[in-house]
Amino acid sequence: MSLASETIASLRAKLTRKEITPVDIITDLEAAIIKQNPALHAYLSRDFDSAKRAAESADITLPLGGIPIGFKDNINVRGEPCTCGSKILAENYTATYDATVTTKLRNAGAIPFGRLNCDEFAMGSSTENSAFGPSRNPWDHARVPGGSSGGSASAVAGDIAIATLGSDTGGSIRQPAAFCGLVGLKPTYGTVSRYGLVAFASSLDQIGPMTKTVEDAAILLNHLAGKDTHDSTSLSQGSAGVSPVSDFTANLGKDIKNLRIGLPKEYFAEGIHPQIRDRVQQAVKQLESLGANIEEISLPHTGLGIATYYILAPAEASANLARFDGVRYGHRAIGTNDVLEHYFASRGEGFGPEVKRRILLGTYVLSSGYYDAYYIKAQKARTLIRDDFSAAFMKVDVILSPTSPVPPFRIGEHRDDPLAMYLADAFTVTLNLAGLPGISVPCGFIEEEGKALPVGLQLIGKPHDESTLLRTAHAYEQATEWHKQHPR
Amino acid sequence: MANHHIDIHHVAKLARLKLSDSEAATYTLQLDHILDYIAALDQHDLDAAMPTAHAEAVFDVWRHDEPRPSFTNEQSLANAPKKSQGQFQMPRVVEE
Repeated sequence: MSLASETIASLRAKLTRKEITPVDIITDLEAAIIKQNPALHAYLSRDFDSAKRAAESADITLPLGGIPIGFKDNINVRGEPCTCGSKILAENYTATYDATVTTKLRNAGAIPFGRLNCDEFAMGSSTENSAFGPSRNPWDHARVPGGSSGGSASAVAGDIAIATLGSDTGGSIRQPAAFCGLVGLKPTYGTVSRYGLVAFASSLDQIGPMTKTVEDAAILLNHLAGKDTHDSTSLSQGSAGVSPVSDFTANLGKDIKNLRIGLPKEYFAEGIHPQIRDRVQQAVKQLESLGANIEEISLPHTGLGIATYYILAPAEASANLARFDGVRYGHRAIGTNDVLEHYFASRGEGFGPEVKRRILLGTYVLSSGYYDAYYIKAQKARTLIRDDFSAAFMKVDVILSPTSPVPPFRIGEHRDDPLAMYLADAFTVTLNLAGLPGISVPCGFIEEEGKALPVGLQLIGKPHDESTLLRTAHAYEQATEWHKQHPR
Repeated sequence: MANHHIDIHHVAKLARLKLSDSEAATYTLQLDHILDYIAALDQHDLDAAMPTAHAEAVFDVWRHDEPRPSFTNEQSLANAPKKSQGQFQMPRVVEE
């Protein structure tokens, strides 16, 4: 079996027993990528030679020594491209610095390897908004892998990556993890530094791991989390309200007896694919048989989630993307005479349709006369959504829902209807608005047109309680066989 | 027919985005539709709620006002589409 299909934990065990070398891993990855990537289009670029050189000098005594990690193409790795799936950064951009997560993974011995496709500036749920074309779902190549971290998901599920990083602003780690049958973790806001992640919506963005197992997610979180002087919103372990966790793997394997799990009735209402509802209900029974206490709860302002998110996220995006002025980096229009014409043309030529839509929407809700009617109102709704969760967490330890109400859709299915695509984010955006951690774990398959398509279960935790979240996800995973399935 | 209507040319001007006629028509249609959906917020009484800007309330984060290493001139200019004499080059801003 190719080393490309293995996990971080299993490769580390083999490396420390000296059964394999880091170069063996890169060699197997290279073979798998050459064979599979043309069909999956998960990687936008990769540099085998520099990865091999890094592997040759890797220090396997370090905790992630010799492990290649793939990067969503919106996280900076010095000397590599960082296109964000956009034409505006496609031509002449090479990262001049490492993101904090890159530095931290390097310090732990990992090898940053490969740039993974995503929706342009992480705006989308399918990778169809990438300027370089969509990635494919390894379970059915006619379907999307989800998004926006779809390349990161497709690569791990297709066994052409060991583990990858994604970023999650409204579900962009969890939804593709669900669509591809993986584990995807969005940490509590502030847990992981955003320095070097190209900003989409700064009050919502978090970087997180996309992995084959819950254990791998916990291992990676150990090396991603932490206060960073370059990101003033990052929080240190042990600071006010943050329980000090030195090892997120410490509670894996512990039981979940008497753990209180809440099922929000609003997340099981109409609009869910019936088979997804069925698989998630079976998972609930499984958790109950493991000793968890299940109770129905209510998050009454759930219905405000999408409207709130699609005001606040575009508003922040319109401000963040103002930096693309065609002067300091990125696409520059040719033949313009004055500075305004230069801005209009450079941005008009460089950004794709979904990014333009969101910049326009964000600019509109922040503009004079509409600010109070939209932006302030959405910020108030955000408070109510957060308060719902705070009240619910007085009663339960973990909240459970489907990750996505729909299975992976066919490429092109929602091309002309952006609102239909937005509505499918209903179960994921609320966590970003409230800053909560969430994890998607595989909970079975449904059959569509003769293909088995993965279903994801979302577990939502209290702020900074990733440990309980990971323990719960791990207990469920180990009691099932879903994570052992591979696409053919 | 949408209840909300976005003045796309005005907004595009604010956003410094050049749109073709067909883009303007498409985005108007799509954004009107989205604004109709977003208006759902009006059906809720939000007056009593305080606005939340950030899920995690972090205030007054200061760093020490001390010099520290930063990008060199060369690094800063490394990705500039046009540069000259160690500076970014852009169209003239000041009238002659």
